[in-house]
Amino acid sequence: MSEFEIKTVTGEAITAQALKEEMLKIYPAKTKRKREKQILSNDPENTPEIGANSRTIPGIITQRGCTYAGCKGVVLGPIHDIVHITHGPIGCAFYSWLSRRNLAKPVNKGDTNYLQYCMSTDMQEEEIVFGGEKKLAQACREAYALFKPRAIAIYSTCPVGLIGDDVHAVARKMSEELGINVCGFSCEGYKGVSQSAGHHIANNGVFKHMVGKLDMEQTNPFSINVLGEYNIGGDAWEIDTLLRKCGIHVVSTLSGDVNYDQVCSSHTANLNVVMCHRSINYMAQMMETKFGIPWFKVNFIGAAATAKSLRKIGQFFGDKGLIDRIEEVIAAEMAALAPIQKDVTSRTKGKKVALFVGGSRAHHYQDLFSDIGMETISAGYEFAHRDDYEGRAVLPTIKVDADSRNIEEIHVEADPQRYNPRKSPEQIAALEAGGFTFRDYDGMMKQMKKNSLVIDDISHHEMEKLIAVCKPDVICSGIKDKFVIEKLGVPCKQLHSYDYGGPYAAFTGAANFYKEIDRLTTTKVWKFVIPPWKQSPELQASMVFGKAHAEDLTPKRSMKANKSAEPAEEA
Amino acid sequence: MLDGTKAETTERTALRINPAKTCQPIGAMYAALGIHGCMPHSHGSQGCCSYHRSHLTRHYKEPVMATTSSFTEGSAVFGGLANLTTALQNIFSIYNPDVVAIHTTCLSEVIGDDIPTIIKKARDEGKVPEGKVVIHTNTPSFVGSHVTGFSNMVTSTIKYLAEKTGKTTDRLNVIPGYLDPSDILEIKRLLGILGVNSILLPDTSGVLDTGLDGNYTMFPKGGTTVEDIKSMGDSFATIACGHFASHAAATQLENQCNVPAGFLELPIGLTGTDRFINAVRQYATIDIPEAIEEERARLIDLMSDLHQYLHGKTVAIAGDPDHVIAMTQFLVDLDMKPKYVVTGTPGQFFERRIAEILKDSGSNATVKQFGDLFELHQWIKQEPVDLIIGNSYNKHIARVENIPLIRFGFPILDRGTHRLFPTVGYTGAKRLIDEMVNAVLDKKDRECDEQWFELIQ
Repeated sequence: MSEFEIKTVTGEAITAQALKEEMLKIYPAKTKRKREKQILSNDPENTPEIGANSRTIPGIITQRGCTYAGCKGVVLGPIHDIVHITHGPIGCAFYSWLSRRNLAKPVNKGDTNYLQYCMSTDMQEEEIVFGGEKKLAQACREAYALFKPRAIAIYSTCPVGLIGDDVHAVARKMSEELGINVCGFSCEGYKGVSQSAGHHIANNGVFKHMVGKLDMEQTNPFSINVLGEYNIGGDAWEIDTLLRKCGIHVVSTLSGDVNYDQVCSSHTANLNVVMCHRSINYMAQMMETKFGIPWFKVNFIGAAATAKSLRKIGQFFGDKGLIDRIEEVIAAEMAALAPIQKDVTSRTKGKKVALFVGGSRAHHYQDLFSDIGMETISAGYEFAHRDDYEGRAVLPTIKVDADSRNIEEIHVEADPQRYNPRKSPEQIAALEAGGFTFRDYDGMMKQMKKNSLVIDDISHHEMEKLIAVCKPDVICSGIKDKFVIEKLGVPCKQLHSYDYGGPYAAFTGAANFYKEIDRLTTTKVWKFVIPPWKQSPELQASMVFGKAHAEDLTPKRSMKANKSAEPAEEA
Repeated sequence: MLDGTKAETTERTALRINPAKTCQPIGAMYAALGIHGCMPHSHGSQGCCSYHRSHLTRHYKEPVMATTSSFTEGSAVFGGLANLTTALQNIFSIYNPDVVAIHTTCLSEVIGDDIPTIIKKARDEGKVPEGKVVIHTNTPSFVGSHVTGFSNMVTSTIKYLAEKTGKTTDRLNVIPGYLDPSDILEIKRLLGILGVNSILLPDTSGVLDTGLDGNYTMFPKGGTTVEDIKSMGDSFATIACGHFASHAAATQLENQCNVPAGFLELPIGLTGTDRFINAVRQYATIDIPEAIEEERARLIDLMSDLHQYLHGKTVAIAGDPDHVIAMTQFLVDLDMKPKYVVTGTPGQFFERRIAEILKDSGSNATVKQFGDLFELHQWIKQEPVDLIIGNSYNKHIARVENIPLIRFGFPILDRGTHRLFPTVGYTGAKRLIDEMVNAVLDKKDRECDEQWFELIQ
């Protein structure tokens, strides 16, 4: 296999280091010092340390959002049968109202899907001055009177923290008064450096206030939770269907198309598989400590990755019937997928892609692109930590800075009654002896090529430079970058909203994605960007065409129209 | 869908459900994009900036550039001076805009950051290059709505920049309101036909409607230039469209530079456009060219041709106050019956003005400022309407109640082309009629018994 290199638009090789320097050139000294730690030339064998999960530099055009977005928007918002009340001025609730495509289908027709509702205390000046606790309590009462929900989740926005409203006290009071679970989340936007802080806060709250509330017997021994899967574009449904075919039962998907009871009974599963490591690894850890549920990382994005993940689940349970069924399913799904994959690959092979998104997708989707012969020249996360880049092995070496210290680390102990290790130490040792790994995530960089470029929290300027220097064939990003990228003539695939397409998970989803990338890279629209008069500015050529065309229109020659056009094309 | 909504209304004093408004900063960001070479800057947590850029992008399907002070807990405690100073230095070094237009957020408002002092300090420290303009407006999210934020940014822009030299020019200021770029283009086209030199502020045409030619410029050709904004103080008059979005700015300019202001509504629909054209005629002392009268006559012709399909139809309208006021007037012009009229933006003026418009229309409407779409839905459940007019957030009500939705206003997130076709002017009025009549006839064609399914109508 030939050595990987990044090529410029003119086809010359450029080192990742040179590309990085090109990007940094414009920055003031202090900004440059910070950014250079977040941009690296990759070495999968000896992963360099990346400056991830650090503060965004003010004035830099960043992709990042806030803690509230990570807590309400990502982790909790998708629970569709509870009421979500945002405590603050109207904006935060408004922007997180159906703007993420975490699709949901209520269990019974006629059940209320609360994702269709945006609820807020709509704080006015008076509450900012005199405090908003009373209004929040009243809002909970009004929500209960109108909807009689199973539970209410309350989310703090920036000013709430500053004026000192105690949302947890209000939540406790309302729990007693209304007789339902009301829980507060202190996810003010300024906490932490990105959405990531919000994920952690949400994990803590869900674990404390919901997980373990509903005990139930699982009749299927192969009962699992899929953690960190949010059902964007219906992905969770594809995964669910696939697992069901294999005989595996999904107790709870955190938190794609999930209901309150599923969250509360998630501790009854026998295994946690983790999709988005960044947003939910805390939950996996805490559930293992308290309930004895083992976890490992999977990826159902990409055919090869999906097959690998299924096999690992099979190996974990170690049941021959299950393992055989998994192999049958993989064979059948691969057989259906292969012709599509082959056909698309004939057009996409060798094309280059760059991915800058989220906390796991920029890694997961590299598998899908590699299924169709496309190569990742550059990638990075929006809000991930070092372990998502370099692997969990670096966890003990990550320095906890002031911003991370603000986020509570809850102390978890084994549940005196319900702690039940799903595997004995001997079983675990036997699995590990065969190369099986638990609590594993190797991170993005180990899978990327040597000398590819890793960029954490990419800025607008760096994105523009990347396009100017190497013009990848596809860039995966989000809505804020999409139209910049496309103005520059590069198709952009949004990996937050999937551009309102999908599902892309599992084998069936992979087929959708292959076809979508085929569409994006072969659409005629990019060929129309340069008008004909700029493609061949010679005046004479178009005159010849003009003449020939004019002649075609004369009646005696009209029969020869197609023929006479040919020489004109040559001219 | 919306299964939790029941017809019976209850008094709510604390819980907002399905708002018909959002917060101030997004309006300020949008207004700032209508200044040429301007980088809007959000002084607060980076989530605000991210949400606003995302939402504007979803509506305009165009790059929306803005920067943020990226507050962390430290800045929330100690204030945003350091963050804003660093931001200004980075913005000018990296993106090099002509103007930075700062707006605050609820966070920086609660902290109480004094923006002018921070700007001055940054200037003194050389963080703002010579010749560059930095302006600001206060946009506390807990007051008003996105329309208030828009109005505040336009007003502050004038406050910072408009100057009076004493030499009155032949130019007319138009403060068009919270409109799409296509609307601005249409207003400019009309002014061109009328032969009136004008300055529009803000002007997002050429900024949020650019083409795809393989190039990207962070600061495209469009937007009102600083030079033009300065000279607004010398214009012979100002026409401001919309009480909520534009009148404050025109008042500011009148007070600041003594430019006479004409306070109009949005030129949406027949009467709105007539009033606009007539005001331009009077301020600019011109005769109306035949071309304009022909345009108008074509609209009247269409109104006459299709009157039978719209006459008496009941309508629920929800959205931003200036848009809803203008649309209500147009519906009355068409002999339609506005039945529920709602804006999320607070302001008693709204209810008073709608009552005036509806006074002789025979329409007994429920009108509410500071309302929401949840209550609107409850009213519709009590007594339905023939059409709903509003932004994309009404689509769930429309589907579950089987009432056609005419997409109108901001934001439209689920259809691609509304932003490209104006709703202002006689041209815009024709498009609105087209959409309404088609919606009525499509529903009839889809649902009527076969014997009534007709080829010609």
